[in-house]
Amino acid sequence: MLDFLIQGAQMLLVLLLAPALTGLVRKVKARLLRRQGPALLQPYRDLVRLMRKDAVLAENASWLFRVIPYLTFAATWVAAALVPTFEPGLLFSWSADLIAIIALLGSARFFLALAGLDVGTSFGGIGSSREVMIASLAEPAMLMIMFTLALVAGSTQLSTMAEYMLSPQVGLRVSLGLALLAIIMVAIAENARIPVDNPATHLELTMVHEAMVLEYSGRHLALIELTAALKLTLYMSLIACLFAPWGMAAPGAPAAALAGGAVAYMGKLAVGGFLLALFETSIAKMRVFRVPEFLGAALMLGLLATLLLFVSRSL
Amino acid sequence: MALVIALSCVAALLGTVCLGVVVSRMREAGAIVYGLCLLASLVALTAALVQLMNGAATTPAVTLPLGLPWLGAHFRLDMLAAFFLVVVNLGAAAACLFAIGYGRHEMAPERVLPFYPAFLAGMNLVVLADDAFTFLVSWEFMSLSSWALVMAHHRSRDNVHAGYVYLVMAGFGTLGLLLAFGMLAGPDGNYTFTAMRAATPSAGIAAAVLILVLIGAGSKAGLVPLHVWLPLAHPAAPSHVSALMSGVMTKVAVYGFVRIVFDLLGPPAWWWSMVVLSLGGITAVMGVLYALMQHDLKRLLAYHTVENIGIIFIGLGLALAFRAHGMPAAAALALTAGLFHVFNHSVFKSLLFFGAGAVLTSTGERDMEHLGGLIHRMPLTAFAFLVGCVAISALPPFNGFVSEWLTFQAILLSPQLPAWGLKFLVPAVGALLALSAALAAACFVKAFGVTFLGRPRRPAAAQAPETDRWSLTAMFILAALCLVAGILPGTFIDALAPVVTALVGERMPVQSGIAWLSIVPIAESRSSYNGLLVFLFIAISGMLAASAIHRLASAALRRGPAWDCGYPDASPATQYTAGSFAQPIRRVFGTLVFGAREHLDMPPPGDLRPARFKVELHDRIWDTIYAPLAGGVGIAADKLNHLQFLTIRQYLTLVFTALVSLLLVLAIWR
Amino acid sequence: MYGQTQGLAFDIAHMLAGGLVLVSFMQLYQDRLYALLNVFALHALVLALSVAWQAYIQNAPHLYVTAAIALVFKAIVIPVVLHRIIVRLGIHREIETVVGVGPAMLLGIGLVALSMVVMLRVTAEADPLAREDLAFALSVVLLGLLMMVTRRNAVSQVVGFMSLENGLVLAATGAKGMPLVVEISIAFSILIAFIVIGIFLFRIRERFDSVDMQALDRFRGERQ
Repeated sequence: MLDFLIQGAQMLLVLLLAPALTGLVRKVKARLLRRQGPALLQPYRDLVRLMRKDAVLAENASWLFRVIPYLTFAATWVAAALVPTFEPGLLFSWSADLIAIIALLGSARFFLALAGLDVGTSFGGIGSSREVMIASLAEPAMLMIMFTLALVAGSTQLSTMAEYMLSPQVGLRVSLGLALLAIIMVAIAENARIPVDNPATHLELTMVHEAMVLEYSGRHLALIELTAALKLTLYMSLIACLFAPWGMAAPGAPAAALAGGAVAYMGKLAVGGFLLALFETSIAKMRVFRVPEFLGAALMLGLLATLLLFVSRSL
Repeated sequence: MALVIALSCVAALLGTVCLGVVVSRMREAGAIVYGLCLLASLVALTAALVQLMNGAATTPAVTLPLGLPWLGAHFRLDMLAAFFLVVVNLGAAAACLFAIGYGRHEMAPERVLPFYPAFLAGMNLVVLADDAFTFLVSWEFMSLSSWALVMAHHRSRDNVHAGYVYLVMAGFGTLGLLLAFGMLAGPDGNYTFTAMRAATPSAGIAAAVLILVLIGAGSKAGLVPLHVWLPLAHPAAPSHVSALMSGVMTKVAVYGFVRIVFDLLGPPAWWWSMVVLSLGGITAVMGVLYALMQHDLKRLLAYHTVENIGIIFIGLGLALAFRAHGMPAAAALALTAGLFHVFNHSVFKSLLFFGAGAVLTSTGERDMEHLGGLIHRMPLTAFAFLVGCVAISALPPFNGFVSEWLTFQAILLSPQLPAWGLKFLVPAVGALLALSAALAAACFVKAFGVTFLGRPRRPAAAQAPETDRWSLTAMFILAALCLVAGILPGTFIDALAPVVTALVGERMPVQSGIAWLSIVPIAESRSSYNGLLVFLFIAISGMLAASAIHRLASAALRRGPAWDCGYPDASPATQYTAGSFAQPIRRVFGTLVFGAREHLDMPPPGDLRPARFKVELHDRIWDTIYAPLAGGVGIAADKLNHLQFLTIRQYLTLVFTALVSLLLVLAIWR
Repeated sequence: MYGQTQGLAFDIAHMLAGGLVLVSFMQLYQDRLYALLNVFALHALVLALSVAWQAYIQNAPHLYVTAAIALVFKAIVIPVVLHRIIVRLGIHREIETVVGVGPAMLLGIGLVALSMVVMLRVTAEADPLAREDLAFALSVVLLGLLMMVTRRNAVSQVVGFMSLENGLVLAATGAKGMPLVVEISIAFSILIAFIVIGIFLFRIRERFDSVDMQALDRFRGERQ
């Protein structure tokens, strides 16, 4: 029963925290540019307002176009619910391991790219085709990172991996360092952040994620924004869970420890959001055709990390 | 018993061949022939399933007094044969059901109906054969009847070319197998599989056999660089035959490889797996990259078969590696992954070819650049095709993901391999597999998005009718199978256990008893996956979100013109096409893999010439291997042409010299 | 095989050597000269740290001198000088690569795998720390060579050469017991080589108006 509660709390926690994280990143970025910036809670207000508005569909939008926001949201939410945040042992963690979580995000992206093509406009097409180009390199890079971590931890199960990473036998490893670098690069690309894509602009400047969802409005757009926020939270939780698992409550810990874990988790998210904002402010967006090189580098780092495992001490 | 039933089904199919010849001019001929074939396939499917479920209790074998008088025709239904019989007949049954509807649109039924049952019979016989002679005869029978089906629409120049290349490659492949069996049989000529299994060939001979089998079975399956015929021949045939060739015949080729390498050849050497793994990895990535560059829907699917064959061979190569190093449990996992992918690919590739066939009959178009918006006109076909696309892109909760997940799990066991070469090769192959999976998703976003979504690009696509009910039934059965195999993979893994046990002497842990129907390849702390729960979670949370938003926020919907950043009412030609969709990926991989070059001819202001953009792609494999080979053969033929214009005396001299030189050789040799 | 403290010392040494390989890859990734110089300075910095750490754990004070040389000359002086050379030459900021970034990195991965296989096989009995240091050092050397091969610009070839030399120093410090004299002489010979190359750069430029090595090839009449 308690396990159920923890799992449910985890699902709700990521869902509720996701817009706050986006708000935090926006706020910090604004402050770094010496602007006032929107309030921390602005994303929530945006979501509520969007949900209440009528949805306007293009005349030739198909049923798929209407279903896809729910589908991508569900897939991303399920994936996010399976990444341990404040307690490593989740009730349903065995239903999908890290490979399956990556693939679930892949499913979400597959459908979103289809949505970009559904109305038959040139902006949607440009977004979709670039999105799949980015994904076609980011996904293998992510899988190579997963390989490295799974070989170190001897498991692809996130709960087991997090517990292993907490144990003292991990030590400092070159491979883990490379994997961390690579996963950050992948996370930046996957979440359409600068320097790969710019989440703050809508039109000509970016032409990847925002162009793909250009035709959405009302509650559909709200869901897509929420999904994007969830995805950012997911990647941050993933990095926190694998590379900074400190502060997580032990499985079966009392409620106070769980609360401590949750606070530690929020602290990690805040630090992550701050670093992301700092990074985004200090770098310029690159050309679209520089992105493959960027992600290719992430893929190479992942591969290198796997190779270097063989010289580290235990394998 | 099962074997007898299967053989009688084959006999029935051969009978249908004669019937097909007789009735082919009749109006209802298609329904009769396909109906009978459907019946025969279903019976054989049931028999094979029963045999597979019963486990390895009995292995029926029969020797018929056919073929070579001193050999006879041996047939045997062991677990491996039973599994592939299931794959063959499942695909065949679905294709027959589809064809009952699709066949009505056939222009020249007399060119299809007689050969179709023969093709089915040939594939069944290959799987059942238990001696080299029967195997090769059935193999050739299968090749020739499928060749006849490729040539069904022989008025088109492309098809003639496809048929020619196919015939040459099929002959070449059979030559490889013939030599392989010759080496396996040894000087005593033991052509039964039982004798081959008992003998242990020397290392050199085993290596030669492996190479020959890779040529023979690999060319039929479509391993790079022997794949060139496949994307030409598969789309040229009628769509139900394309489905069979891509979904099933390539699997028969995989069967040939597994039968010889895992069953007949004895213990593997460690470097075999290096060859198979590298070929598999390269095939997977090359296949999907080629597929991405296509805009002919059926050819795209055919190239994609090449990719999936690569994935299957990665599984088989891993199994060989683990087997060579005495790790039967890991070998069982890898082999299960490979065989499961065999089944999965046969299901979703057939489904996708059916969808392409339905589009073809409804619009008369195979070129994606002329299609679009079909989801409005053909909603059911679109739905089934979408399921196939998601499944083949290895996305959860469908079946393609499960087999690739198992392959990844097998790859993760590779550090335990002692050979250094393998330690480094396997992660690299893993990267290739991951790359091909991600590119496959891109490829099917393109295939589905350009064909079914957007706005119609031609009038034919705007007025397409939904396809007939027979075809839809076949597609929906396969789509349901994709989902079932994706959410209940444990059942399928357990069904594969006897096959795997027979080949590597170990099996994956029993899956049926695990709580919540998860699958656990090694240990629960290591990895587990539950397709059912993932599916349910997605369904429930999606519906929860939908109902909550509709109830609490807004359910109102308005329709308006597309926004498109304020560029209203552009023509459908402004949509992204298949070519433009693939352009970013072409830029990333194109120069390296295809030698891609873009030419832009932009007239200066004031010039009324239209601007032109041309993309040049080179098939480097064709250019470096096949074109010189064909050129060499041509030159040799030109030279030999002189032989036709000699005088009688010169011919006699030729014969005389040949005789004397042979005698000389004999004198020196002995 | 090691105790906890020694395990940590080992891990850090390992980390730094691995970091050197990583920075070598970063050099391959750069396509601007200024960025390349910055990365090269980072390369030298990581080398200095690595050597200093070796000095600490091997208890070999003379290695501190090596580290200091690496820090002062390679991480500060040479990049600054090269920077000024670039400014004075006013050369193009883009590096023309013969091979694209992607294939170059792919080749680099292959080279790293190769050096791992070779080193780990050959030195099966050696001390694990030295063994892995050697594997990393060989990778750095090969990556430096790769850099020289894949770049046309003379400045980036110099950088490739210097990072190759960094790999040699890494190998030398890992091998325990390379005398200081040898190291200093290596460092000076490198410095002299550097000066010579620097002078040549100007001479090349005076004569051909470019530091693109293809200009030299054209002059020799090898390429048309």
